[in-house]
Amino acid sequence: MTTLYTSDHEWLRIEGDVATIGITDYAQSQLGDVVFVELPKVGRSLKKAEAAAVVESVKAASDVYAPITGEVIEVNEALAAEPALVNSDAGGKAWFFKLKIADKGELGGLMDEAAYAAHTA
Amino acid sequence: MSARETFPLKQTPLHALHLARGAKMVPFAGYDMPVQYTAGVLKEHLHTRKEAGLFDVSHMGQLVLKAKSGKVGDAALALEKLVPQDIVGIAPGRQRYAQFTNDDGGLLDDLMVANFGDHLFLVVNAACKAEDEAHLRAHLSDACEIVSLADRALIALQGPKAESALAKLCPDVSSMKFMDAGPRRLNDIDCFVSRSGYTGEDGFEISVPADKAEALVTALLDNPDVLPIGLGARDSLRLEAGLCLYGHDIDTTTTPVEGALEWSVQKVRRSGGVRAGGFPGADKILAQFADGAARRRVGLKPDGRAPVREGAALFADPTSTEPIGKVTSGGFGPSLNAPVAMGYLPTALSAVGTTVFAEVRGQRLPLKVAATPFVPNTYKR
Repeated sequence: MTTLYTSDHEWLRIEGDVATIGITDYAQSQLGDVVFVELPKVGRSLKKAEAAAVVESVKAASDVYAPITGEVIEVNEALAAEPALVNSDAGGKAWFFKLKIADKGELGGLMDEAAYAAHTA
Repeated sequence: MSARETFPLKQTPLHALHLARGAKMVPFAGYDMPVQYTAGVLKEHLHTRKEAGLFDVSHMGQLVLKAKSGKVGDAALALEKLVPQDIVGIAPGRQRYAQFTNDDGGLLDDLMVANFGDHLFLVVNAACKAEDEAHLRAHLSDACEIVSLADRALIALQGPKAESALAKLCPDVSSMKFMDAGPRRLNDIDCFVSRSGYTGEDGFEISVPADKAEALVTALLDNPDVLPIGLGARDSLRLEAGLCLYGHDIDTTTTPVEGALEWSVQKVRRSGGVRAGGFPGADKILAQFADGAARRRVGLKPDGRAPVREGAALFADPTSTEPIGKVTSGGFGPSLNAPVAMGYLPTALSAVGTTVFAEVRGQRLPLKVAATPFVPNTYKR
């Protein structure tokens, strides 16, 4: 299992041809208290860099982009009931959605943990 | 806001204190201001409703209006040429909400006016303060001396424990009622204190000499009930309280009637009153008092969890193509644990309970017109 990162502060956990996607702990700390999460519909085909989800704090709404191209196969319904999970466990329980990876070649453009740490330093 | 931004940003007398307390700073009305501290907007909001919050609002303008005759009544009569409020009727030691109107009946700014016995004390919005001062000078200089109190800071202490916290520095404040205002000594510092605010909570606004501001704020923050609160929670608190933000919910294109601020225009200035009219835009505003206005500011509660934010277009139904209004403030209300908004609708659709639809990310989300304040106020009357 590999975890990759985008410069827009999303993480991807790769297991076979499925990517689980969330936002990083750094991202949640910048957003502040999350009060609402809007997730994509299961079955939707997302293109790389397309707005896929929305995360809202008291003050502002922010888009979450699809880091790679793929079809949404599962979303984390728990976030609708408990948006604050994004603040308490951004890298774990607060995953947003799972994509069936369309092109593994797109993963090559993403950062590993060390590169992401340098990006947010 | 952005059009008025000038660099470098100005700093309030409490700037160093904000940084020392870990504030996240943002540009606001030309000032480098704290949007939140380490607790974050949500906790700061809830703390203010439960305990007490301290806000730096030193970016706002503070002005003295003093009649050349020496009589405060003459200053009040002069100011009535620019606002539709009963200023003459503000008793010594009292304060009132007012608006500067333009010739179209729109609002140039909203402000607080206090009678300090021999002069009037005005507090105006930061983004408008230079224009407001010029407006006063242009129209009232014959009768009045206008002094900008740029050497004073302004802080607000808000919430159910504001009284006990402030009374530790000056026991006399406990006897003040909502909208009482006047000079008080706090920890041997000469201040102007009013029992008012912008959160819907009981509380105080305190004008303090700039060089004493940090000492006063430090003394208040020594009380464990009091936390510093940023502009983020100030906005969510005032939105839950149904209070207008100038430049968003009211502006030069909205009249007091359209803005649902009729309550702020006393009968003496309306048609049939002893001093009816005589302010800019009086013809239009008084006609709207008689005949109503085509549109009206309303409170809006989204049905779901999704916040509906400023600028969202409002529609009568899920499919119509022509917007009927728009959201002027919107976000999440931490005390309600639900989204709240306000905006303008045709008066015919402004009754409480009416369902309208906001366009958010390509979807039409239902909202209901709701009474304001969304959260009951706790003013000490």
